[in-house]
Amino acid sequence: MSQQDAVTIVVGWSPDEYGEAALHRAVEEARLRDGRVVVVNATRGDALVDERYADEDQLAALATELGAAGVAVDVRRSMGADVGDQVLAVAEDVAADLVVIGLRRRSPVGKLLMGSVAQRILLGADCAVLAVKPAD
Amino acid sequence: MDNLSLLMGGFGAVLTPENLMYCAIGVLLGTFVGVLPGIGPAMAVALLLPVTYGLDPVAAFIMFAGIYYGGMYGGSTTAILLNTPGESASVMTALEGNLMARAGKAAQALATAAIGSFVAGTIGTLLVVFFAPALASVAVEIGAPSYFALMVLAMVSVTSVLGGSPLRGFIALFIGLTIGLVGLDLNTGQPRLSFDQPLLADRIDVVVVAVGIFALGEALWVAAHLRRSPAHVIPVGRPWMSRLDLRRSWGPWLRGTAYGFPFGAVPAGGAEIPTFLSYITEKRIAARKGQDEFGRGAIEGVAGPEAANNASAAGTFVPLLALGLPVTATSAVMLAAFQGYGIEPGPSLMTDQPDLVWALLASLLIGNVLLLVLNLPLAPVWAKLLRIPRPQLYAGILFFAALGAYATNLQAFDLFLLLLLGLLGLMMRRFALPVLPLILGVILGPLMELKLREAMAISGGDVSGLWSEPLAIAIYVVVAIAVVAPLAVRRIRPTPAAVAEELQAPADEEEKVR
Repeated sequence: MSQQDAVTIVVGWSPDEYGEAALHRAVEEARLRDGRVVVVNATRGDALVDERYADEDQLAALATELGAAGVAVDVRRSMGADVGDQVLAVAEDVAADLVVIGLRRRSPVGKLLMGSVAQRILLGADCAVLAVKPAD
Repeated sequence: MDNLSLLMGGFGAVLTPENLMYCAIGVLLGTFVGVLPGIGPAMAVALLLPVTYGLDPVAAFIMFAGIYYGGMYGGSTTAILLNTPGESASVMTALEGNLMARAGKAAQALATAAIGSFVAGTIGTLLVVFFAPALASVAVEIGAPSYFALMVLAMVSVTSVLGGSPLRGFIALFIGLTIGLVGLDLNTGQPRLSFDQPLLADRIDVVVVAVGIFALGEALWVAAHLRRSPAHVIPVGRPWMSRLDLRRSWGPWLRGTAYGFPFGAVPAGGAEIPTFLSYITEKRIAARKGQDEFGRGAIEGVAGPEAANNASAAGTFVPLLALGLPVTATSAVMLAAFQGYGIEPGPSLMTDQPDLVWALLASLLIGNVLLLVLNLPLAPVWAKLLRIPRPQLYAGILFFAALGAYATNLQAFDLFLLLLLGLLGLMMRRFALPVLPLILGVILGPLMELKLREAMAISGGDVSGLWSEPLAIAIYVVVAIAVVAPLAVRRIRPTPAAVAEELQAPADEEEKVR
């Protein structure tokens, strides 16, 4: 099923607690199943400032962190109309076996106002999706 | 002093709860638009013009004054925290300010910018209080030929001295003058450039032009470049400065004020040159003292240019109030606001509308205090504004733009004009034509024609009537110098903009290495 025999795990990452929670879980899964991890860091790019789009320092920190974990890693960054679609596009591209995302707590009204990247990925993914929440 | 007692009267008019509220609204709104690059105080005033026609002129101008100064403060915040100067005036602030912020001294940089703006704005406004009435009383005597010459001076200096390319400046100026010609000839009643359209014969409303060029043009431009790699704001707490910072700042503040005010006050203003001069001076002084921190985040490099910027903003009120000559985009739109209220700006403004003028000057001083009080604690909140997604932001701007353009005359035709002018604005941005000469051409063009006609009528149609006054001749000499000098200087010395780019280049390289 997967391209290179190895299990491919896509993780939607951002430099905050949600992204970190998802990343940790993805690395754990990759170790268990002897697979590789594809990290996706996406932005809509329509505001001057997006704290969830990693800068050089944060990417360097990510690289060292992942290097220490000892798993094969590929980092992809992209810009487009919808962050969820960008994660899905990468998942399709690498024929992912699992997508890991970080979930934030949000009230129904908040969800209505802000939309949801997570929902988009849950509904649109062809493979299994694992949603994790950061420890309180 | 006579002026001081008049100013006190102005304070009396402004210090009512209602007017203070308008001042606070203006200051907040000004900072809001100043923080966001691309939308400035000129656009904010243009969008608010139709809204304020229902207000008392005093209240409206109090609000505009707040927007004008607030925009300046907001611009420095973005320049320091994001290294994105919103306007040419804060390019110099961004140089050292962003370096300071990266070195972890964002709080001090914001503090010296805010307090420096306050000091320069206050001194500058007080100088306006003394200079503007004196100039106005002299200016009443000025005849039509000299007045015409003054307008030529204002246009030429804005077009050729400021900005990188005189050719582009003049193209923009002549587009503006052409737009100003549309409609019935004021003397003979003949329609000009109206293409047999009765609605065009009515002249194109300045509000529609300003809103179209500033708001719609910018919105279309942004829509064409919607997605850009987002940056990170350097986190900052409440701005503060130590005693040492204060000791290093007050000299640059005062020198910056001394540079800025004269450049704003002569109708050849603009803040680009004084901020540059201030930057260079502070750099030299620091080098002489042997404590040159320039290039690594020197507080003097923020304090000086920021003060020069605000002092020149204050200085522009001298020609605006005393002569009716605007030299910045915001003051050009404010001139249009005067006209909207049926007030004729010019030498007689001071005597015809003393209440308005003194209330405006008093509100500038009060707005300055409000800004200091608001800006120091609120800086982190302002930085959050930069996260607003552009589609939402510009949807709001477009709504107000369309509303404003329609509300001025309640003509659906104005919306069509708005769209056309918006496309023109987009094209101007595409080909890097400056917006200010166009707006100046639209607003000053008809006034200039009036004075030209007057001068010609006096001389009986003889062209030499244009230089029949000694003052007019002197001004034309200055105009000639203003045209030739930049060409000559550019050969010998690079322009401020080029130097800024040069200074920026090593910083960019550094980034790449990292």
